[in-house]
Amino acid sequence: MEFISILINGLSLGGVYALIALGYTMVYGIAKMLNFAHGDIIMVGGYTIYVFFTMTGHPLLAIAAACVMCVVLGVVMEKLAYKPLRGASPLAVLITAIGVSYLLQSVAQMLYGSAPKTVIIANFGVVTVGSFSISIASLLILAASALIMTVLTLFIKFSKVGRAMIAVSEDRGAAQLMGVNVNGIITVTFLIGSFLAAVAGAFYLLKYPSISNTMGSMPGIKAFTAAVIGGIGSIPGAMLGGLLLGVIECLFNAFPAIAPYTDAIEFALLILLLLVRPNGILGKKRREKV
Amino acid sequence: MKALKKIKWQHYIAYAAIIIFLIVCSFFKISRTNLYIFEKIAIAIILATSLSFVVGFLGELSLGHAGFMCIGAYIGGKFASIIVEQLGNGLPALILSVLVGGLCAAAAGFIIGLPALRLKGDYLAIVTLAFGQIVMVLFQNSSRASFGGAFGLDTPRYGYKSLYVIAFVFALLTIAAFQNIIRSKHGRAITAIRDNEIAARATGINVTKYKLLAFVISAFFAGVAGVLYSYTQSKVQSVNFDYNYSIEILVMVVLGGMGSLNGSIFAAALITILNEKLATILTGNLAVLQNLFYALILILIVIYSNAPALNSFREKYNLRRLFTRKSTAADFARDKDDEGSWARVPTKIKMDEVLSLDLDAKDAYTPDKPDKPDQAESNRKGEKHNG
Repeated sequence: MEFISILINGLSLGGVYALIALGYTMVYGIAKMLNFAHGDIIMVGGYTIYVFFTMTGHPLLAIAAACVMCVVLGVVMEKLAYKPLRGASPLAVLITAIGVSYLLQSVAQMLYGSAPKTVIIANFGVVTVGSFSISIASLLILAASALIMTVLTLFIKFSKVGRAMIAVSEDRGAAQLMGVNVNGIITVTFLIGSFLAAVAGAFYLLKYPSISNTMGSMPGIKAFTAAVIGGIGSIPGAMLGGLLLGVIECLFNAFPAIAPYTDAIEFALLILLLLVRPNGILGKKRREKV
Repeated sequence: MKALKKIKWQHYIAYAAIIIFLIVCSFFKISRTNLYIFEKIAIAIILATSLSFVVGFLGELSLGHAGFMCIGAYIGGKFASIIVEQLGNGLPALILSVLVGGLCAAAAGFIIGLPALRLKGDYLAIVTLAFGQIVMVLFQNSSRASFGGAFGLDTPRYGYKSLYVIAFVFALLTIAAFQNIIRSKHGRAITAIRDNEIAARATGINVTKYKLLAFVISAFFAGVAGVLYSYTQSKVQSVNFDYNYSIEILVMVVLGGMGSLNGSIFAAALITILNEKLATILTGNLAVLQNLFYALILILIVIYSNAPALNSFREKYNLRRLFTRKSTAADFARDKDDEGSWARVPTKIKMDEVLSLDLDAKDAYTPDKPDKPDQAESNRKGEKHNG
């Protein structure tokens, strides 16, 4: 029975990873760049929640403020740092993204110090069924991320903007010729990705109520791993990869002998998978043409 | 003899600077803190040169350079602490452990090079990052008896003050090795892969072999730097080799200019000195300004040197051109060939002239009157006959 509780915990952690991974995969699919600073948007969201929660004491208000803050940050970041480099070599864009990530971390450290702060925005307690107990927060996170992912999938499949996003990710030049505003679509992508990161940040705080200036980097890297495992650029792939990684992490953490090595195992899995399937589980194989 | 003529004075700047520096230092009594800074500079030069080889010449981003260094520091340090009992804490023990540490790091470079064959760009960057994390986790959770675990590994500190000289000699060897590789046939193959992998493959370059080679050599020297680092410390701790340290090395490479070894060398020295000086000035909460400074350097330099919108500005105010005679298109092409610099080669076709050509009115395409479909059909049939 303990297994079911581990599974639910894993799925809820996986839901958080999946939400972050969606941001990575959408930006990668559309802007063809790895937004290294995506994890740090979670951190900015975390600090915004902390500030607003200590000011007003209202958790939902704090989360809403975090969403607004992250969306603004994501769009500003794209305009200032990434837009000037559109058309430059991918290496240059990647290094700039690392620079932005580093910048956000140092600014946060300058404002709030490097000591972790504890913030408990809500306490849901646990529900006990028979002999095992599940935290209600986990169930809520699982349900909420499932809902968000469904809405996102429907949005991309059926809305005009969503279909334009698919068009841009398939062929930017052709999409532009068809009258799609590519710059606008890239901005919208960053907007949605940052919003998802803010929500994921709030969920992450529910699970691990501690914020520091580097809190975003680990979930960020893990979520990127998830996106790559699922096949980067593929939206169902990011969801699948996130859930898979969350379950694996919780499963390994349940054994005290393996627990310290969990991170190493996850990254080793990533390297192995990329060796066998360089495009991830659901990724499309792309042949490079001259 | 003709080949020798190609070697320009620029190739000797770094050697000359280091040798003059060592000669000058031999006349002065150097304080303990300065000795430490000199050792750090030499190590940073080795690290920056070896990373510059992968990032600037192979064109792949490695975010796990500190991981290779970590392997070198731990295994070389452990080996040193064993061998010192037999050989005494002297130069032979140091050279042996440097070799062992370097070779172990090179083996790790081989393992990381394997995915590099199938992946590139962002994927490879994340794999190298993951590798750095794995190395850190493994050493952190090792048992107390093997590598010290969370307590860190006790390593023999080199007893003599001349460690900085040895470190600089290793730095010189590193620079010599990379300059020779880059100017050799193999170096040309590696820069060809950077410029266009498919074209390189088509011309018969064994891409697999050269990518692996680049990773292994780069990792070897990072391992050497790690062993030297373990000699400067009495304790090696894995937390020092985290992601941030890899980024610091990357900042040196980017600041020095990608594809320029001399640039990386001077940037490594500059950043190490800045690091030490800033650490004494900026204490407490201000210490973070240092990271802020690195972040801004990374962003601004990359945007300045890569943004397509700034192309004309860059060509107008090119620093390099201040020192050389007025260069021609042929010079540009040759320089690009020689140094693998990322200069833009001007094309022979003058696009403005082509675009402003006056076409005859009857030839002009008018979208209002499209070709009749049957006419287009017959045209196509005619082509078929011709073919």
